[in-house]
Amino acid sequence: MSSSESLNGKGLALVPRADGPQTMKDFKSDQEVRWCPGCGDYAILAAVQSFLPELGLRRENTVFVSGIGCSSRFPYYLNTYGFHSIHGRAPAIATGLAASRPDLSVWVVTGDGDGLSIGGNHLIHALRRNVNLNILLFNNRIYGLTKGQYSPTSEIGKITKSTPMGSLDKPFNPISLALGAEAGFVARTIDSDRKHLQGVLREAAAHRGTSLVEIYQNCNIFNDNAFEALKDPAVRDDITVKLEHGRPIVFGTGENEKAVRLSPYGGVEVVRRSEVADSEILVHDMHSPDPSLAFALSRLDDPAFEHVPIGIFRSIDRPAYDQLMAEQLEAATAEKGEGRLDALLHGGDTWRIA
Amino acid sequence: MTKQVQQLDRVIIRFAGDSGDGMQLTGDRFTAETAQFGNDLSTLPNFPAEIRAPAGTLPGVSSFQLHFADHDILTPGDAPNVLVAMNPAALKANLGDLPRGADIIANTDEFTKRNLQKVGYAANPLEDESLAEWRVHAVPLTSLTVGALEGFEISKKDAERAKNMFALGLLSWLYNRPTDATVKFLEVKFAKKPDIAKANVAAFQAGWNYGETTESFSVSYEIKPARLAPGVYRNISGNQALAYGLIAASVQSGLPLFLGSYPITPASDILHELSKHKRFGVRTFQAEDEIAGVGAALGAAFGGALGVTTTSGPGVALKAETVGLAVTTELPLIVVDVQRAGPSTGMPTKTEQTDLLMALYGRNGESPVPVVAPATPSDCFHAAIEAARIALKYRTPVMLLSDGYLANGSEPWRVPEVDDLPDISVDFTTEPNGDDGAYLPFKRDPETLARPWAVPGTAGLEHRIGGIEKADGTGNISYDPDNHDKMVRLRQAKIDGIDVPDLEVDDPDGDARVLVLGWGSTYGPIAAAVRRVRKTGAKVAQTHLRHLNPLPANTGDVLRSYDKVLLPEINLGQLALLLRARYLIDVIGYNRVRGLPFKAEELAAVIQDVIDSE
Ligand code: SF4
Repeated sequence: MSSSESLNGKGLALVPRADGPQTMKDFKSDQEVRWCPGCGDYAILAAVQSFLPELGLRRENTVFVSGIGCSSRFPYYLNTYGFHSIHGRAPAIATGLAASRPDLSVWVVTGDGDGLSIGGNHLIHALRRNVNLNILLFNNRIYGLTKGQYSPTSEIGKITKSTPMGSLDKPFNPISLALGAEAGFVARTIDSDRKHLQGVLREAAAHRGTSLVEIYQNCNIFNDNAFEALKDPAVRDDITVKLEHGRPIVFGTGENEKAVRLSPYGGVEVVRRSEVADSEILVHDMHSPDPSLAFALSRLDDPAFEHVPIGIFRSIDRPAYDQLMAEQLEAATAEKGEGRLDALLHGGDTWRIA
Repeated sequence: MTKQVQQLDRVIIRFAGDSGDGMQLTGDRFTAETAQFGNDLSTLPNFPAEIRAPAGTLPGVSSFQLHFADHDILTPGDAPNVLVAMNPAALKANLGDLPRGADIIANTDEFTKRNLQKVGYAANPLEDESLAEWRVHAVPLTSLTVGALEGFEISKKDAERAKNMFALGLLSWLYNRPTDATVKFLEVKFAKKPDIAKANVAAFQAGWNYGETTESFSVSYEIKPARLAPGVYRNISGNQALAYGLIAASVQSGLPLFLGSYPITPASDILHELSKHKRFGVRTFQAEDEIAGVGAALGAAFGGALGVTTTSGPGVALKAETVGLAVTTELPLIVVDVQRAGPSTGMPTKTEQTDLLMALYGRNGESPVPVVAPATPSDCFHAAIEAARIALKYRTPVMLLSDGYLANGSEPWRVPEVDDLPDISVDFTTEPNGDDGAYLPFKRDPETLARPWAVPGTAGLEHRIGGIEKADGTGNISYDPDNHDKMVRLRQAKIDGIDVPDLEVDDPDGDARVLVLGWGSTYGPIAAAVRRVRKTGAKVAQTHLRHLNPLPANTGDVLRSYDKVLLPEINLGQLALLLRARYLIDVIGYNRVRGLPFKAEELAAVIQDVIDSE
């Protein structure tokens, strides 16, 4: 077993630990938070600030990197190292940082426009490359900072300032996209459920390699109530499919209780609980090496939010890029010794002139 | 039969053939032999962007020119004395550059009807009178090679492919080159295919023997070793020198090197070279695109690495926004632009100096960036260290403007002693620099105006930086108008205040009235032209800019002290535009944008014209 494999499941094993206990206050910066009142970002920020002490890492070894957009202001509000970069490029910048500094806990904060539109290329390559990053993708299905244009996750027909007759393009499903991009850890959670959100963050941090966490986030200014169905006590339990590893996938209550089983077409389907035998119900296996079922589950919310899975779709171990890169450096040094500049410069065919 | 040996002081050879004929390898080997022998030399590879253009066609011609001498030389030479033409296309494509009386060694086997037709020869030029003014040596290179390799356990195709080694052997005989290193090279190169190795060595030796016995060559030539400054020399190309310079900068700064790069001609060789040196702690990251390449380099720089990205013009265009981010976050970063012919894809394998204005101004906002340009292939080594020095000392992105001519050209390089390299070590900030233990990431060094550099992992100095305008000192987000004006001016003042050495003028008698100014890779051709003009008794001064931003403090004074300033550039006058605007001096531009370096003869005539018009 190479050392990159021995780090599997220990996402932060190389990051130095704090000397003593920390509190939420330690992670608050002195900057005034400037999101619109009522924005879902506040809840996510509070959840992250209160979660970070739990990791017990040295604060100075934690870095938040972001792109552009409302969510990308996030690093300013955390008293860690932070880099608020340019539109879409946070995964690339974080890749260089994490690949050269395995002693850091590196977090990327991005949004549906930043991460899936202008920065889509960097996102998919970060996922396949598997550098030790935690990517938090705040999905509010709209452009906020540029004042309300439709985004790559907006539903077809979305009426916005740039699409007065409705948007025409099919949205991305971020979970499906991440799974297609070979991501090793893919999860979805929601701004309003702090417990679930923190549970997912915990697993994401423990995963060594790139983890993608999609967070449904309400933009109350330009796309209010986009996820209301998942929050409304009257219906939420009937449509929220909570994925739990090793548990049969059932959801809903009473008459509306439903279950997920394999469909004859190679995917999965939702059926009434009363119509299936226990043995037919799909048991969630987030560690399955084959991403097909995770992908099938990611399609359950398409179309139109009738049933929406949240939780961890996939969590598999494979060596992280930064560690493999470090191992190549070590192997080269072990084979030929540390580089010596004078030997390098005098290498090749030389001749002497007296 | 002992043949006559004639002494020459310099020779220019051009090997030309089809892209698949191995002309670059042949040229490289002849260069290595020549370097080993101790001549001064300069090379000019010239090849199509297509990997294998249709065989036997003009667009498929690849060539390698080598100039070597018993004295120090400055350019790969204007016009070849010898052309090795492996097929009719190679002859046709290069004949125009060949002065009357030059030698042509032509591979007659390839002068078939079909090949002649492909390039529009109605008749075989080797057989009619059309080449009467040149000395033609018609040699059936292919069949001689195949003949020499009879009995070897290789296919006919492999035997034919060894014809470039036969040609190399012949030329090695003709110019009395040492051969041991080539034999060794072939044995190593084909170590996994011993039959091919043996065949290539045999073809090489057969070529040598052919020279000795044939009547087609009655004389061989000797070019004595050059008397260069004492020291250890090696031959080096610009890209290799640049890669070594970056490694040296990493060693001399004590920072690990991180290269984020995306493959692009003619810069990829720097990525290839650096990826071989992992035991120096060099991390090379082949990114998904140009933007990710520079992004990752900047991310690594934020973490305390020496961040570098390498590319060519189209890549610089894509990286512009990230370079702007480096400007405003004031992080060290080296952006290497190996310029090539543009715009757009242009001519990827051809050289140009057309990215100067993009390097200086190709970003949104007031976004000053220092620019350093190496003058010769080996100077790429020192220029890379200089770029790193500026980047680290002033916390700024630096543009390093090489070009295709420097990148692929090579010359002997006196290997420097490591002790003589500058110390560019960096002190990271580890202690608070404000009141009450606060850390102010934009509190500047009063002398250099550089900001402190505290890297993640440093306790107590946690801070945030970003692309939004920052308040002076604290670095907090600020939209204050006066603060913005101040920050714009501070960033500019920092770059303007970079310590760059004064311009030095070469004017032997001190009374020339005409100055020739250049920058970057035109150094060799300009210096060679200046020598020619001086040989005629005329007076001309020469100076060369290595720093394009900031310009040396004495630039204006130097330019003003001559009646006329001539500025040759391989663009339409980009530096001329700057100098006119900045110093109100009407420099005389000489501009050709042919994808090729200037020729010394061409520039000598231009200089003479300017002197005569005095
Ligand atoms: S525009 Fe929307 S996403 Fe942005 S801060 Fe306001 S509510 Fe939040």
